[in-house]
Amino acid sequence: MLHWLPDNVSTFGQGVDNLFHAIYWLTLVVFILVIGTLIVFLIKYRHQEGKKAHYIEGSTTLEIIWTAVTTVIVFVLAMLSYPQWNKIKSPTQFPENPDVVVQVSGKQFNWDMTYPGPDNEFGTDDDLELENELHVPVNAVVHIRLTSEDVIHSFFVPQLRLKQDALPNRFINVWFEAEKAGRYEIPCAELCGFGHSEMRGYLNVHAQTDYDAWVQERWPQ
Amino acid sequence: MHDNGHTEHHHEESFISKYIFSLDHKTIGKQFLIYGLIMFFLGGGLALLFRWKLAYPEKPLPIIGVSQQYMDDGEVVTGADRMWERIYESEKEEWIEVNMPAGVMTDAFYNMLFTMHATIMVFFVVVPILVGAFGNFLIPLMIGTRDMAFPVLNMLSFWLAVLAAVLMTVGFFVPGGHAAAGWTGYAPLSADPQWTGVGWGQNLWAISLLIQGFSSLVGSINYITTVINMRAPGMTFFRMPLVIWSLFIVAILLLLAFPVLSSALALLIFDRLAGTTFFTATAEGGGDPLLWQHLFWFFGHPEVYILILPGMGIASELIPVFSRKPIFGYRSMVYAMIAIAFLGWIVWGHHMFQSGMRDDLGSIFMTTTILIAVPSAIKTFNWLGTMFRGSIRFTTPMLHGIAFVSMFVIGGLSGIYMANTPVDIYIHDTYFIVAHIHYVVFGGSLFAIFGGIIFWFPKMYGRYMNDVLSKIHFWLTFIAFNCTFFPMHILGVGGHRRRISNPMAEAVEIITQEQSFEDMNIFITMSAFTLGFAQLILVFNFFWSMYKGKVAEQNPWQVNTLEWEAPTPVPHGNFGQIPTVYRGPYEYSVPGEESDWIPQAQPEHAPATSGD
Repeated sequence: MLHWLPDNVSTFGQGVDNLFHAIYWLTLVVFILVIGTLIVFLIKYRHQEGKKAHYIEGSTTLEIIWTAVTTVIVFVLAMLSYPQWNKIKSPTQFPENPDVVVQVSGKQFNWDMTYPGPDNEFGTDDDLELENELHVPVNAVVHIRLTSEDVIHSFFVPQLRLKQDALPNRFINVWFEAEKAGRYEIPCAELCGFGHSEMRGYLNVHAQTDYDAWVQERWPQ
Repeated sequence: MHDNGHTEHHHEESFISKYIFSLDHKTIGKQFLIYGLIMFFLGGGLALLFRWKLAYPEKPLPIIGVSQQYMDDGEVVTGADRMWERIYESEKEEWIEVNMPAGVMTDAFYNMLFTMHATIMVFFVVVPILVGAFGNFLIPLMIGTRDMAFPVLNMLSFWLAVLAAVLMTVGFFVPGGHAAAGWTGYAPLSADPQWTGVGWGQNLWAISLLIQGFSSLVGSINYITTVINMRAPGMTFFRMPLVIWSLFIVAILLLLAFPVLSSALALLIFDRLAGTTFFTATAEGGGDPLLWQHLFWFFGHPEVYILILPGMGIASELIPVFSRKPIFGYRSMVYAMIAIAFLGWIVWGHHMFQSGMRDDLGSIFMTTTILIAVPSAIKTFNWLGTMFRGSIRFTTPMLHGIAFVSMFVIGGLSGIYMANTPVDIYIHDTYFIVAHIHYVVFGGSLFAIFGGIIFWFPKMYGRYMNDVLSKIHFWLTFIAFNCTFFPMHILGVGGHRRRISNPMAEAVEIITQEQSFEDMNIFITMSAFTLGFAQLILVFNFFWSMYKGKVAEQNPWQVNTLEWEAPTPVPHGNFGQIPTVYRGPYEYSVPGEESDWIPQAQPEHAPATSGD
């Protein structure tokens, strides 16, 4: 099942995938044990003439054991997950001094990308607006100011292991650092109307030199 | 614990007061059951329609749609072609022309279909059957009383539900179509017609759910009062069957949760009709779209447990009866259900990890959510413990009980992926969650419902359901269910988003390996059609057996609980004399006893109480 996961290209994606794999193996083992036990019981304790069921009302020891064991397992899992979550989603832990800042705004049914231009300020004359095409350099910290102009959309880049809803009248910051150049889809993951299915943009991760050339082309100096 | 004392009935009841506006809890329970089965077909039919779209996004529907020849060169071949010729020629814009021109449904119509599929299944099928039908039929019979505490309220509860269902159905035919913002109705998509083009459809959706909310509220007050006040002598709380515990807990959840949804719906109606901005944000101010999500899920998560707890209760009846053994750890089963119900109130944020809610709330809600694994594990192990060293009879109800346990295990384990915040970043809003919800609500609740119907049918209608048909239905359902929903996990891992109408356009570029969403979607659709047709067997069997089934004796499965003390068919007032309860509900295979079961009301044995 796990080979269906698209290749990860972000710096934090491996942490997500590790947890994914850990939970996969944990649930697989539990599943096999529980269903295996069930099947054994169904065969072994099927009704047979002359054999009566044993009167067992329960076992406090067993109840305590499986309560405790389950509690410990889920807490260990939680402990492993907190740092990964904070790394991706907690604004206080974002890498500072991003290389690129882009505003991404969902609008039925497109992603509008706004670059602040050389002055690094939004709302000035040198801003650049692109529809559905996001360009970033590889191995660089990118900050996205995510918002929406109408309904809720969701910014999803499967290969980055990144998803964040975009809300109208609110700016939510997300970050990523892509490790591999390429062109990746940015589908909208939150139902946003009749065009939801077709709403997608593209993330173009360029080698640094290509990105510099792209910047040079847009803002000739 | 009173005898209501209307054992004798002098008045002859008319057809209307007996079958239509009945005050008898058993009739109301059966009404809810038939109501739920009818809505089950509507909801299931909608699912099959959109499954066609997911497998063949551009192909006309079979039967209704035009033929290939007609598409290619305009040659009329089938009856459907002629129908479409007529529709195209007529001036009037027909409903079918707007929603599925030539038999290919539009994306807007597709959105409406999945929205209404979920709305109907959750609010008009599973809750009415589990709570309305089983709750009404079983509570008075199993606690040993003559009727519900408030029979008139009970009738009101059913007829409000009918009104809600009628309004919900009308919504399909209003201009602009029915609600299409998902069953979760996220604002601002749902709050302003300009974003969807849906007008009165969404309004009717909200109004209908408001009325359904009143129906549930009235019902839940009735259940709580009845369980607290009207138990038979000797029926202490800890001698109550677990299904009654589950319905009692669910009634409390309904009582507290539904008003939250009702208020959210009222605000939504104001936003849509009165120009308020509770759920929309503008530069000038106004409300907040996240407020809707918080309110909806504050109701919605307890709602999920409303859908599953009675299923757990039913399984907890079926498994001991057909293992001929006491339930393993009766008290821990009760406490686990109470724990699940309590935790249900503090986990709603796990639906909102990616919503823009504060990030540290994500960690808090993850912690509370994974805690639910603990009571769920307790329950699963206790069901296994009940079968351990039992004498298992593979009757059809038992097969459904076993299916419930194994499907609930899968549904529970897949929940861990989504409870885990980092993994949820990826699988949120993909088919993984679609698989999960169906394993819990179909694999869980519906298998319990099927098992429960077959198990209590002899008490409801005095006849057995045909066992051959029941078994065919079970195996077809079990296999087709897994073929339909298990592959959805894999689609989700592959990044297949939920609620998209054309998966073929999806992920053409993101998937580098040789993987085909298309093949899998076609397989799922074929399985879904099999699953849908298998349910026809159940419904045929249900109505056929009502009149032609083998006549059942009073207690065909040799069960201890009180409902089987009542004569079959159960008269108005249920019991000749209110039974007295001497022991817990699961005294099976007690050592030293001749018979392997001792009914709760059987006095002559020394009390071998398991309860208190």
